[in-house]
Amino acid sequence: MKARVYVTLKRGILDPQGQAVLHALGSLGYSGVKDVRVGKLIELELETSDRPKAEADLKTMGERLLANPVIEDYRFEILE
Amino acid sequence: MNHSAIRIGILVFPGSNCDQDCHYAITQVLGASAEFVWHKTETLPSLDAVVIPGGFSYGDYLRTGSIARFSPVMAAVARFAKDGGLVLGICNGFQILLEAGLLPGVMLRNHSLSFICKDVHVWVDNTATPFTGRLKPDQVLRLPIAHAEGNYYTDQRTLASLNAQHQVVFRYCTPDGRIIPDANPNGSLNSIAGLSNSRGNVLGMMPHPERSAEAILGNAAGRLIFQSMLDSLQTARLSMKAAVQA
Repeated sequence: MKARVYVTLKRGILDPQGQAVLHALGSLGYSGVKDVRVGKLIELELETSDRPKAEADLKTMGERLLANPVIEDYRFEILE
Repeated sequence: MNHSAIRIGILVFPGSNCDQDCHYAITQVLGASAEFVWHKTETLPSLDAVVIPGGFSYGDYLRTGSIARFSPVMAAVARFAKDGGLVLGICNGFQILLEAGLLPGVMLRNHSLSFICKDVHVWVDNTATPFTGRLKPDQVLRLPIAHAEGNYYTDQRTLASLNAQHQVVFRYCTPDGRIIPDANPNGSLNSIAGLSNSRGNVLGMMPHPERSAEAILGNAAGRLIFQSMLDSLQTARLSMKAAVQA
């Protein structure tokens, strides 16, 4: 079973990396980009085929390691 | 004061790179004893204090300090801190303390996105900690920083509590002690350069005292931090000895 975890900065947290990308896009001529936020995509391959267990594990993985709850949110999807 | 009986443990993670400098400053400059403690160690040897040195533990993967905090030694350090032991985290060591929850908050990328390596000035906001006894209130120290993630952030409620409990120990300032945005190298919230836990026995700081511990390095201000820590440990030892004799 495969899963994807998306880690994104919470709303209101300044994202200097996103701002740098925004400015670079602007200098490439993409003047219509209003905002950029950079996050992380983490792909996992799980041994289990038990979906509820996978969901429970992914939740604690997000809370304990993959995201820092002070500044980041996470969500995940399970790919069959 | 003879510090040779005091033993300081210096943690070593894969990617630590200021461990030797800390060892040198503590043993050669200040005359205390020091030993390296490998990150897989589950039980700390008999130590008076723990230093978590700077570097790039685990290559800064995921977030700075986020992998190191799960090293076996960090559970032992958490117990050591809970028992009142002194823990000093420098730069990446500060980041590890934040990820481990031994100090509140988190480090974001520097506002400029650049790795910054230069001397800065910090204002001493709290001289009542075991790490700042040799410093004077409102003293300005010149210390080197070298980091890409020193932009301290926490939520407003935690920030208010940090300020109310005098847990902010150092703030970035101008050479004459003014705390203004221009003197803040990395965008850190409230110009925070170093902070302690509420009990005061755990200190995290972005500047490197070990890189500024003797005159030959052009700057000996960092020595005051280590000296303060050793003074506190010596005082604790003497009072313990007095209690045993009484």
